[in-house]
Amino acid sequence: MPVAGADRRYVDELIRLESITKIYGSGDAAVVALSDFSLTVASGELLAVMGPSGSGKSTLMNILGCLDTPTSGRYWFAGEDVSRLNETELAHVRNRKIGFVFQQFHLLPKLSAWRNVELPLLYRNAEDRRNLALQALDQVGLRNRIDHRPTQLSGGQQQRVAIARALVTNPDLILADEPTGNLDTASSRDVLAVLRELNEEGRTIIVITHDPEVAPVARRTVAVRDGRLVHEVAA
Amino acid sequence: MSLLHTIETGLRSLLGHRLRSVLTTLGILFGVAAVIATVGIGQASSDSVTARISSLGTNLLTITPGSTFAGGVFGGGGSANTLTMSDVTGLLDHQNAPDIQAVAPVVQGRENLVSAASNWSTTVSGSTADWLTANSRTMSSGIFISTADVSKRTQVIVLGATTALNLGAGVGDLITVKQIPFQVIGILTSTGSQGFGNQDDLAVVPITTAQGELVGGVGSVQRILLSATSQSTIGSAYLEADQLLLQTHHIANPSQADFSITTSTQVLSTAQAVTQTLTILLASVAAISLLVGGIGVMNIMLVSVTERTGEIGLRKALGATPGDLFRQFVIEAGTLTAVGGLMGVGTGLAAGYIVPRTANIAVTITPLPVLVAVAVAVVVGLVFGVYPALRAARLAPIEALRAQ
Repeated sequence: MPVAGADRRYVDELIRLESITKIYGSGDAAVVALSDFSLTVASGELLAVMGPSGSGKSTLMNILGCLDTPTSGRYWFAGEDVSRLNETELAHVRNRKIGFVFQQFHLLPKLSAWRNVELPLLYRNAEDRRNLALQALDQVGLRNRIDHRPTQLSGGQQQRVAIARALVTNPDLILADEPTGNLDTASSRDVLAVLRELNEEGRTIIVITHDPEVAPVARRTVAVRDGRLVHEVAA
Repeated sequence: MSLLHTIETGLRSLLGHRLRSVLTTLGILFGVAAVIATVGIGQASSDSVTARISSLGTNLLTITPGSTFAGGVFGGGGSANTLTMSDVTGLLDHQNAPDIQAVAPVVQGRENLVSAASNWSTTVSGSTADWLTANSRTMSSGIFISTADVSKRTQVIVLGATTALNLGAGVGDLITVKQIPFQVIGILTSTGSQGFGNQDDLAVVPITTAQGELVGGVGSVQRILLSATSQSTIGSAYLEADQLLLQTHHIANPSQADFSITTSTQVLSTAQAVTQTLTILLASVAAISLLVGGIGVMNIMLVSVTERTGEIGLRKALGATPGDLFRQFVIEAGTLTAVGGLMGVGTGLAAGYIVPRTANIAVTITPLPVLVAVAVAVVVGLVFGVYPALRAARLAPIEALRAQ
């Protein structure tokens, strides 16, 4: 295939997992968390990955987020094979291309909202960090909370700060791990609305969850069970 | 992450745990201060010993009774009084010993001196007129013991400046030693020495009087002080004295000599070696406290890494490389020890100022130990910071994230 074809694939296809297997431990104690798992995600998608606990979706999230590497198989991210990178190279990929939203928010309690949002920019020596952080907080509707500590914010507001932190680097992918897991219904809707809005602006978002409320918001839903992709549902 | 941001992040986290940071710093502070103060005290005492011994005169030789060998039995050094007044006469022979300037035999005892006003216990030496020359001393008032005093066994006494002051006695006064009256005929000029072996706290009487009335042992001598004609003739004076005494003691084999001769240079180097050993000992104890401070830093950094596992995981997820985290934690440890080290220098210098003014202990602070102490503190911090920092850098991001 000509080079132009490869370029086109890069534009359409942000993520390609090819026969990913992840085994923890060895010998008798070996646990197969993912088995021959393949998945592609196009740019601009809002994908929900559903599955009960122990299904392998956390492992999937770690591999998608470049927090861990597969035992075998290949992972193409934005046209680059990231399945064999070392820790430092993976750190650079995470910093430049992926924004994380966690169930536990993972905000640093001693830092104000905008200092928390600024964090990933510090690891890429960006200029004008305060302005970028304020823009991101504006996008999630927290312009008036920039100097608040996480403890002074509600759960929903904290998660929105976390989303701002994921956004601030202008990443190719936002990866949300149970973003509504620690929130009440109203805050959950709030956070899902923000994610949906971001997707409508063209961001690729993957939400990993077992919350059935999330699926209707997603444009596509895949289910994972026993380390395998069991079915896909288009919304 | 740029170094500036890493430093900023490290400092922020230290300021976030103020009490803990201060307490950790204290360990280093006291270690550095102890090193500076003890080396300062050692340096000062070495200086003062050197000054004191130099004040005795650098062309001074001392002959003391050596080990004896009789009937196949060795006696230890000084176990017998092998020196006599006839040895003194022999050494005074300028024909055979042209490089010996003065010869002063000494017998010594600790006596209680009683004046009209007071009483004072001090070392009383019996000697001859040459004592003054041999010890390079001068009179501040009155006269010293004369050869006539020695031959006539007069009851006269010469006092050191401190002794005269404490007795409240002046030239012409009468004082008693063992109920025997002595007339004060002179006061020695002060040497300004202090403490142990104070050269201003002593008294001198004619050796014959001392042998007869105070110490006893007529004709025998505890030691003989010699002075060479100049500093350059010490070597030949030493050889002449050695030859003469071997001859008069009828000893063929020099290794069986029943006396030994030391020069003030030898005494000086021995004393310096002793104070140096003491200084090293003290400084080692202080250095160990510095080491303990360093272990304290490592301990706190390990606690910090464990406690901040979640933060480390988050930073990794956001793109911190293992190198970024390693640097951050080493900088935190290095900052703790550097701050502790600088405050330790301040404390050590303050001690060097306060101690001599309150405890009457001299302290001499030189730049080298200060620099070495700070350098060691920083190295200790970095070394002990490396292990916790490696732990932080090696944490797997997913494990660390799960920890919170």
